[in-house]
Amino acid sequence: MTVPIFWYLAVAAALFGIGTLGVLIRRSAIMAFLSIELMLNAVNLSIVAFARSLGERTGDLAAVLDGHVLVLMVIAVAAAEAAIGLALFIAVYRRRRTIDLNRLNLMRW
Amino acid sequence: MSFDLLATLAKTALWMALLLQVTPIMVWVERRGSAMIQDRLGPNRVGPFGLFQSLADAVKFLCKEDITPAEADKFMHGLAPVLALIPALTTFVVIPFGPDVTVLGHRVPLVVAGAETGVLLLLALASLGVYSLVMAGYSSNNKYSMLGAVRASAQLISYELALTLAVVAVLMPVGSFELNEVVRYQQGSFFGWLPRWNVIPQFIGFLVFVVAAFAETNRLPFDLPEAESELVAGYHTEYSSMKFALFFMGEYMGMATLSCLAATLYLGGWHLPGLSYSGPWWWVAAQGMGVLVAKATLFLFFFVWVRWTFPRFRFDQLMRLGWKVLLPLSILNLIAVAALTVGGVL
Amino acid sequence: MEVAVFLLFAALVLVSALVVVLHRNPIYAVMSLVVTLVSIAVLFVLLGAPFLAAIQVLVYTGAIVVLFLFVIMLLNVSGDGSTAFGLQKIVAAGAAVGFSTLLLVLFWGRFGGLPLSPLKEADVALRPLARALLGTYLLPFEMVGLLLLAAVTAATVLARRGESEKT
Repeated sequence: MTVPIFWYLAVAAALFGIGTLGVLIRRSAIMAFLSIELMLNAVNLSIVAFARSLGERTGDLAAVLDGHVLVLMVIAVAAAEAAIGLALFIAVYRRRRTIDLNRLNLMRW
Repeated sequence: MSFDLLATLAKTALWMALLLQVTPIMVWVERRGSAMIQDRLGPNRVGPFGLFQSLADAVKFLCKEDITPAEADKFMHGLAPVLALIPALTTFVVIPFGPDVTVLGHRVPLVVAGAETGVLLLLALASLGVYSLVMAGYSSNNKYSMLGAVRASAQLISYELALTLAVVAVLMPVGSFELNEVVRYQQGSFFGWLPRWNVIPQFIGFLVFVVAAFAETNRLPFDLPEAESELVAGYHTEYSSMKFALFFMGEYMGMATLSCLAATLYLGGWHLPGLSYSGPWWWVAAQGMGVLVAKATLFLFFFVWVRWTFPRFRFDQLMRLGWKVLLPLSILNLIAVAALTVGGVL
Repeated sequence: MEVAVFLLFAALVLVSALVVVLHRNPIYAVMSLVVTLVSIAVLFVLLGAPFLAAIQVLVYTGAIVVLFLFVIMLLNVSGDGSTAFGLQKIVAAGAAVGFSTLLLVLFWGRFGGLPLSPLKEADVALRPLARALLGTYLLPFEMVGLLLLAAVTAATVLARRGESEKT
């Protein structure tokens, strides 16, 4: 027996929810950032699952590859995002001595 | 149980048996070798030529008190040495040690997992090694451990790039991630007498690989994470008894698998010109494994030799070497190999 | 067999993701993220994407998460793993559960009950992916390279101590 496609999508959906929760409740910017990585991974998982399902129904290998290339791009962008994001945190920490999101409110009003 | 599963288990058991021997033997080679280089005797009391010294050391490790610092993070402190063994005990699965053989009518490839993603899998598993060091450094709650761990992770990330690019340059003319394809590519000869090993056309890549391998295994001259003169013992300062021994084993087994990888990528792997690799399956397997182990042993001895010959780098020198020398060199090598491959030379 | 592997790693993904989000100690959260990412790599293998699985482990756990660890240790935020206060927590949990349920319902409507046939050898071949990446998608591929270069430059400039801050 093979695993139905919905199971993978269910894991992806739950993972995305957990990531959302993390972004909303974490105070430290780095932790919120980690939660965003979780959300990105949930999306990646669902893209791979979609690609598999599409390839299954259409029998078209190119459709599967489209999905896989998309995931590669997402991973590359995640790497770029992590590099810049963490550099920003270091820069902010140098000035403010904190990366608590509740206290980084200079731009709020 | 299916035949394939049994064969895989048998191959895994063979690798495990070999890898677990590496640490005691290498400790002996290292101590006797260093003694040879420094013109002294080294351990020679336990057994002939001190051969059983490692056995005595093992007993000592088992009997010593296992100390966990009071302020340490107990869970991670215990987990870190176990994790140190994971890359060492998993990466061998993609290293082939012979051609496909026929056992009792079944075709058995002499590699534990002939995955199409071969080398990539190995690099991925090896890149997990950094976590055990960071965990050890963090959980010990000791500034020397922490500094050692930070240095280790910086070093591993920096040199992984050069190492990976050197490996990619080897794979490019082969056109496959599978190490068995790499071995097959290296069969034959240049000019009829020189073995067609990658070390000859890709000598620069080979140099980059070897230097990066030293850094990846934290060996002198790059053993900054555990530099005794400044960091006590680096990330494993707070470890004793068997937990310390696990780090020790992880390090030596990592060296062994990297040596096997180097032998496969650059020295023709299990293949030796002149050997026919025919006959019963066990003879083919023994030949292949024997050749691979012999080639890997060359590298292992080189590791020891270098350790007792060169002084330690300073950390900024290490970083400069990694980013400003090795990385550009490996990229140039990659471009050159790409051009030659497209040009049909390689 | 496949179902057992799936269930094991799906459970690992979700449990470790919860630890990432809820654990007070950032180092534990990051280590747990490593477990999540490796488990997702296993799911990728089950979905017939071994190359993506290897890249996931190599790039995500081998580089990105190490970067996180590095910054956490550098900024020493180990004690700063606090979460938000009561009301915000409840609203956040509600939003997360609500959104997940919405996604589940949508997925069920479109993909519910669709079976998958076992993978074939041709489905997991690497060559077609390489051709797609360097053929059909050459321009996006190159642009990702450019993006990474820009990111490296930007990160270097951002993280460098400014002249005025030097004492």
